[in-house]
Amino acid sequence: MKRRDFLKTSGLVAGVGMVPMLRNLPASAAGRDDTVVVVLPNGPNSMDIHRSGTNRPSYAIAVNVYDRLVSFGSKTLANGTTMYNYEDIVPELAESWALAADGMSMTFSLRKDAVFHDGSPVTAEDVKWSFDRAVSVGGFPTVQMKAGSLEKPEQFSVVDPHTFKIDFIRKSKLTLPDVGVPVPIIINSKAALQHATEKDPWALEYMHRNPLGGGAFMVDRWDPGVQIVYKRFDDWKSGALPGVERVIVREVPSASTRRALIEKGDADISLDLPARDFRELADAGKVNVQGAPIENSMYALGLNMNFEPFQNKLVRKAVAYSIPYKEIFEAAAYGRGVPMYGGKSMKPATIDWPQPYPYDTDYDRAKELLAEAGYKDGFEVPISFNLGFADWSEPAALLVQEGLGKIGVKSTLDKVPGANWRTKALVEKSLPMHMKNFGGWLNYPDYYFFWVYQHGHLFNSMNYRNEEVEALVEATLNLPIEDPAYEPNVKRMLEIAFDEVPLIPFYQPFLDVATQKNVKGYEYWFHRQLDVRNLDKGDA
Amino acid sequence: MNRFAMIGQRMTQAIPSIIGIIIVTFLLTRALPGDPAVYFAGPAADEQSIAEVRAALGLDKSLPEQFWLYLGDLVRGDLGVSISTGRPVIEELATRLPASLELTLVALIFAIGTALPLGILAATRPNTWIDHLCRVVVTAGVSLPVFFTGLFFVYIFYYIADLAPSPLGRIDIYFIAPDHVTGFFLIDSLIAGDFETFRAAFAQIILPAVSMGVFVLAPLARMTRASMLQALGSDYIRTAQASGLSRSKVLFAYAFRNALLPILTTLGMVFSFMLGANVLVEKVFAWPGIGSYAVNALIVSDFAAVQGFVLSMAILFVVINLAIDVLYTIVDPRIGMEG
Repeated sequence: MKRRDFLKTSGLVAGVGMVPMLRNLPASAAGRDDTVVVVLPNGPNSMDIHRSGTNRPSYAIAVNVYDRLVSFGSKTLANGTTMYNYEDIVPELAESWALAADGMSMTFSLRKDAVFHDGSPVTAEDVKWSFDRAVSVGGFPTVQMKAGSLEKPEQFSVVDPHTFKIDFIRKSKLTLPDVGVPVPIIINSKAALQHATEKDPWALEYMHRNPLGGGAFMVDRWDPGVQIVYKRFDDWKSGALPGVERVIVREVPSASTRRALIEKGDADISLDLPARDFRELADAGKVNVQGAPIENSMYALGLNMNFEPFQNKLVRKAVAYSIPYKEIFEAAAYGRGVPMYGGKSMKPATIDWPQPYPYDTDYDRAKELLAEAGYKDGFEVPISFNLGFADWSEPAALLVQEGLGKIGVKSTLDKVPGANWRTKALVEKSLPMHMKNFGGWLNYPDYYFFWVYQHGHLFNSMNYRNEEVEALVEATLNLPIEDPAYEPNVKRMLEIAFDEVPLIPFYQPFLDVATQKNVKGYEYWFHRQLDVRNLDKGDA
Repeated sequence: MNRFAMIGQRMTQAIPSIIGIIIVTFLLTRALPGDPAVYFAGPAADEQSIAEVRAALGLDKSLPEQFWLYLGDLVRGDLGVSISTGRPVIEELATRLPASLELTLVALIFAIGTALPLGILAATRPNTWIDHLCRVVVTAGVSLPVFFTGLFFVYIFYYIADLAPSPLGRIDIYFIAPDHVTGFFLIDSLIAGDFETFRAAFAQIILPAVSMGVFVLAPLARMTRASMLQALGSDYIRTAQASGLSRSKVLFAYAFRNALLPILTTLGMVFSFMLGANVLVEKVFAWPGIGSYAVNALIVSDFAAVQGFVLSMAILFVVINLAIDVLYTIVDPRIGMEG
């Protein structure tokens, strides 16, 4: 019966049901104006962002099915794409918040009328339980919370049923934004506790399959590996009610098929196509291609300090001058990015981030530097890249190989499968020369430096260590950006990074999506998942 | 009775191979490159959380100990939990194996329906234009890679001609899968008496099944042609013809039945091959089958899933071979009588 009701309202009975293989429907009939169809390569593998092993596409569940205390406003880029605004923190479940006079705690007032999907009211108890869970379960959620100086349950307290307080262990500009990332979701703790056991006090087992949130959408159906269907939660209070009633997200592994579906109008939104397809779709103009440069992210080449020639700064500079940047920008990014080469000066003029590094292709200069470093006859080095990102890193690696060849450095290509990459590149940090694609959620240069340039951190796959950078990052990470020391500190970090080049950026990539012309409300987010809450669909 | 004895004997013969497969897959999955603990600890994990995950996965124990635990689980019918999806492997296989089997069976039916008539036609008229046409068709089929045929069909029948439904897996977006009985949508929808869903599921399966079927036309058609030629040239056919039996009687009752044995053998091989080799078709048509699941599991070193996949495929192969052997005894009365 359920299926029939669905069909009745879908108005497609005659089209698809009665005449298989002969659909004479207009292209836009794929979805009605209250349903949005999304195709992407991989879907969620869990409903719980706090579980270890949860994949990236599952963050979309945290975004759409759960609320956080705060969210971010939005802004429009010059190319017309809307993106979230990290400078503008706006209410979500919390109506308002106030910093204590001593600056060492913050009190959040919750919406009094907010309810979870099962109809029970949202209280500060739920918020505390949820925050406790995020800092206690270990793994990724706990590390992400720590980035905002949210480390232990004692920091969180219930003042009254609708007031929640966070005590700071240190003042940090990252705390409030970190409350707005997908991790600190607000969970229906009463429902969760019914499924908690002594061995599993945080109900990880149950919540892996069953979301317990109060967000704008409910999960209507989840067929792992096939699709997830979101249904609007009509009692949602934490924002304007979404314009569409249902969102169907289907997994379509083949990029060619995803492209065919959007071009034919059978999908409303197509995600994760190769840069080349996005450029062709944009040129053809039948569908909208919206792209925003991914914040705090660069596609780059990492040089490992454990590899002897790279211990010499002159060799690293020689490599930086031997990269065919423009060709890489064309062949790997298809122009869908922002160049990160050709900067004007070795001293940064601003603290804009990311900003072009002061290198460009100059083989003569590279040869001079190499000779000066004592490697006149070159050396041999493998260039490693992650097969999972072969669409950009393979052409880039080939061009780097060609460029290095021109200055007498012989190189071989080393393709590393996805599962291996993390172990080899990030944990063992054993790859001499490798393609990097790190992007930080919190959009500050010092946050990037913390992960990539500070010694021992996961994404410092270059084994880079510079005492001044260590000290600068320590001093700057929690500093508010209004602090007079902030700008000089960041400039100094950039200057060292420019001069020492353990990391050679190519470009800042775009996050592109293709949408039908009548689909409105797409917004780029730092978590790179599709926020379906603002989507709307009108006439074409 | 003899027939049952033979089946029983064949089944006992399968046991050593299954034990061998269990040992080999266990060792192979442990030898996979990449550290599952590191992978599943997530992007921002530290030493401690990696160690926690390793202990949770049981990877900190010695190999013999792990193997012993694995055997214990197997006996209880527990294939472990797939760490990439967080669901029991047996559950994943139960939803995905029928999808692959359904696709493979429909592809096989298409292939048999096309290849046998082609082969028989070619054999009865050797070296005529029909024979040559048959050769061209099957050579073209086998020389095009499956994913190419798949993409090509999508382009022609969906993108250009708009004849096929959108390549979105087993069922169109606005249909709900039929209630699970066998896991075969075509059968389940008929059981539910729901012909609309049956039509929708059938429309979805045509293109992927044909893409796969085209690829195996060649061995089937060539084998049919060769064994038919051989049968038609033998003494008993001459005798039958001399006795004035009708052409169709000679062709089907005598020649084809005798030619069927090698065709059956080929069929068994083709079926096993298709089950394992349909990953690419599954990717192109977003078919949630077992091949793409296994490849994804392999990429992320999800060893429980890989072990479960290999084991279930091995058992399937044994069952298929057994079925072919039984079919032999039906087709060829000599096998059943002797022994």
